Amino acid sequence: MATQLLLGNEALAQGAIDAGLSAAYAYPGTPSTEITEHILRSAEARSGEIRCRWAVNEKTALEAALGASYAGLRAMASMKHVGLNVAADPFVNAAIAGAHGGLLVNVADDPSMHSSQNEQDSRLYADLALVPCLEPSDQQEAYAVPAYAFELSERHRVPVLIRLTTRLAHSRATVEVGARNPSNRLSVPEDPERFILLPAIARRSYERLVARQPDFVRDSEESPFNHLSQHGDRSLGIVACGIAHNYLLEVTDGAPSHPILKVGQYPLPERMVRWLVEHCDRILVLEDGYPFVEAKLSGLPPRSAPAIHGRLSGDVPRTGELTPDLVAAALGRGALDRRAASSVPAPRPPALCPGCPHADTCKALHEALASQTSARVFSDIGCYTLAALPPLAIIDTCVEMGASITMAHGASEAGLRPAVALIGDSTFAHSGMTGLLDCVNAGAQITVIIVDNLTVAMTGGQRSAAENRLASICRGLGVEDAHIRVIEPHPRNHAKNVAVLDEEIRHPGPSVIIAQRECIQTARRAARRAPSGGPR
Amino acid sequence: MKRDIILAGVGGQGLLAVAAVLGEAVRSLGLRLKQAEVHGMAQRGGAVQSHVRFSDRPIYSDLVREGTADLVLALEPMEALRYIAYLRPDGVLVSDTRPVRNIPDYPDLARILAELAAISPHRLVDAALLAEKAGSAQATNLVVLGAASPFLELPEAALVGGIRAVFAGKPDAVLAANLRGFELGAEWSRAVA
Repeated sequence: MATQLLLGNEALAQGAIDAGLSAAYAYPGTPSTEITEHILRSAEARSGEIRCRWAVNEKTALEAALGASYAGLRAMASMKHVGLNVAADPFVNAAIAGAHGGLLVNVADDPSMHSSQNEQDSRLYADLALVPCLEPSDQQEAYAVPAYAFELSERHRVPVLIRLTTRLAHSRATVEVGARNPSNRLSVPEDPERFILLPAIARRSYERLVARQPDFVRDSEESPFNHLSQHGDRSLGIVACGIAHNYLLEVTDGAPSHPILKVGQYPLPERMVRWLVEHCDRILVLEDGYPFVEAKLSGLPPRSAPAIHGRLSGDVPRTGELTPDLVAAALGRGALDRRAASSVPAPRPPALCPGCPHADTCKALHEALASQTSARVFSDIGCYTLAALPPLAIIDTCVEMGASITMAHGASEAGLRPAVALIGDSTFAHSGMTGLLDCVNAGAQITVIIVDNLTVAMTGGQRSAAENRLASICRGLGVEDAHIRVIEPHPRNHAKNVAVLDEEIRHPGPSVIIAQRECIQTARRAARRAPSGGPR
Repeated sequence: MKRDIILAGVGGQGLLAVAAVLGEAVRSLGLRLKQAEVHGMAQRGGAVQSHVRFSDRPIYSDLVREGTADLVLALEPMEALRYIAYLRPDGVLVSDTRPVRNIPDYPDLARILAELAAISPHRLVDAALLAEKAGSAQATNLVVLGAASPFLELPEAALVGGIRAVFAGKPDAVLAANLRGFELGAEWSRAVA
């Protein structure tokens, strides 16, 4: 055993490596990115023993992992919570087709939306797909979970979802790590027809998945990640899920005075829950994210005794990240003696870096649209979303990956013009290409600006999937050559770029402007690596 | 022993490097550590913070509770003031005094510094001055760490080892400037006492 200092994400990744992982696919997204970066840095990935790749999006990542699982290997796909929306189709259907080699879907949720547009709870997806879900409470458990989950996945032949939340994903701790176990050998399923989800086969497979649910509950009863302590004052029983268990121990100095059900594996361990409900006067549910367990325990009126407390009851705020201070308040412990917060500090939101090419594109766009009061700029997910804030304040929408082009399409056809889509190179590869084909087929009057900084910048500079192929992709999708324009966003080109934007915004069909200049951050890092200068 | 620390600063100032140095130092001593970091969007010039906890006993929460931090270590004065509710009544405040004015409505600096100076004990350091002396304008984060070092309850050798570990692979001049910045900060802090 050796000790390493690992983020929750890195502990999960190292646990998977040591559990005989063979294939890992992912699309970067905060707070999940470091899972895959840790694997990419590993000796096993560098030697090719583990196949680890950034995929074009979460759907292709999960499908590639499913293919590796079909081939008998231990495989996983990693993503942020909203990425699972993109991968929902393979996720729900892989639950029915099943896994062969162990298949993990690692999802990092973001309560409080530190870097996201919602705080959806991935435990509901596991519930929807009828598969087991593991939720480690600390970094050491995050290391232990993959080996356990691969075994679970292979035993029941289903994918297993591992859920982290931002705080554990991005918190570092000392972790005891072991040695790497051998990986699986290539093999095909003995019952390969279950992967053909024709209705007649899918019905049988679905029945089998449903029939397995009691087994999943039984596993939860015996799981090393679930624990029921029956000791203490039964006026209150506490359910503490995932990281909430740490906060509970924190505010009770490691010695809670009530019976505690620690939950780290779903579906819920019914026998343990029943004991708590039958022996305690009131139940408090502590969970980071949605009131998922609380809702299950509450049921519909008439409510069974005992009363269930949590986010739905108002004992814990309905939205936002759980904290030890909120847990203390829910337990009726007052705030600690502390200084009043100062009213002086002003908010300091993130901003585009000084010298960012996106800022130059947005300034040119601002001028090109200056006389067009009806113009709308439909934007997307990436650094350029920060152009919503002053002084640029140029974008009108940002909803989800790829929605810039498709919303601009619909708005333009509805009569709202000029309709401009502003999308990054990686987001275009992720979810923009299909929408652009819609626009070409419809002859939609939209202008797509692909802000191409040659990297996935917001998540730390991963390789962009369509690097240097954006123009040929647009051409292949049917955009007319004359209306695929490449500009270099730089203050020295401002007037030229405004003219190009103006021309293409006037074009009565789909046009694409590729605003290409390398991200200032990756350019700086590259310069540091190669002090002599020269091309990247 | 147990230390609960809030690190605060602006994205791009090198706050994660300070957290990493502390982490390496703590690990080298065989202590337990939990260190909650901010990654992603907020790193782009926004307010960033990190909770660092170390102890010779188990640590449960990744987050420090309000009113319990032994130390707020800030690389920017307004960011220091943002987190004073985390300090325990006799907790220490260490901050750089130079503002990062990347927002249009930056408050009155004199007022910020006055509120910080009302906290006792405190160390308000002009880190840029000492970083310049150390040979790198970028070493302000290590100067502030040095200024905080008398309050960390960690041997200085462990912190120096942490700096060496975190800046391993960087050019020798960068490592030397960071080590020197840390020392100048520590000397200044001891002299003020």
